[in-house]
Amino acid sequence: MNCVLLDSPFEPWVWLAKYEAGRVQPKGQYGATAAFVGTMRDFNQGERVTGMFLEHYPGMTERSLEAIRRQANEQWELVDSLIVHRVGELHPGDPIVLVAVWSTHRKDAFEACRWLMEQLKAKAPLWKKEQLADGSRWVEKNTPG
Amino acid sequence: MHIQVRFFAGLRERLGIAQLELSLPEGATVAQVWEQAVSGESLPVNVLAARNMEYVDLSCKLADGDEVAFFPPVTGGSV
Repeated sequence: MNCVLLDSPFEPWVWLAKYEAGRVQPKGQYGATAAFVGTMRDFNQGERVTGMFLEHYPGMTERSLEAIRRQANEQWELVDSLIVHRVGELHPGDPIVLVAVWSTHRKDAFEACRWLMEQLKAKAPLWKKEQLADGSRWVEKNTPG
Repeated sequence: MHIQVRFFAGLRERLGIAQLELSLPEGATVAQVWEQAVSGESLPVNVLAARNMEYVDLSCKLADGDEVAFFPPVTGGSV
C-alpha cells in the first residue's frame, strides 16, 4: 500500500526504512529520496494543546490520498511515493504524517514531496479537534506552511 | 430515490446528526439534500460536499442509492 491510515502511534523513520527495503524497486534507479514528517505541536493559535483527535471519512480519506499520489505521478517522474497518516487520538510529539518520494533526480523528489504535503492538507478529509486545558475546539484553518 | 447523508467533524457535532437516510424526488441535487436534512438552516459558505466519496458542487444531481457527505474545511497534516 502506498497510502496508509493508522489509528495508533507509529515510527515514521522505521516505516520509511522498511518500505524502502521492501517496496522501492529497482535499486539503483533512484538517486533522490525526499521525506517529510509532521509532528504534533503542543501549542496552536497562542494556546497550549494537550491532545488531539483526528477524525476521518473512512473510504473517502484513503481514496483522496491515492488520487493525490496519482496526480503527483502525472506531474513528476517518480520511482515511488508513500503517504502514511495518523487518525484517532494523538498527543504532543506524536508523528502525524509521513510523506516520502523517490525519484531519479532531487528536483522531482523535493517538489513532489512538498506538493503532496500541501495537497494532502487542502484535500484529504481529515479534521483536527484540539484538546485544551479548558475544553476542546475544532481546527477550521490550516497554517500557512 | 433514497440518499444516505453523512456529516463530519464540527458540523456533525453542531447539528447533532451523524447519518440519516432521505427520500428525494428523482434528479434532486446536493443542495436539496442539505435543505431537507437540515431544515431551517442555510448552508454555511465554507461547507464542503461529497457524492459517493468524491468532491462535488452543490448543484450536482444525484442518483438513487448515492451517499452524500457534508463537512467543514479539512485540516489534515501538520505544521
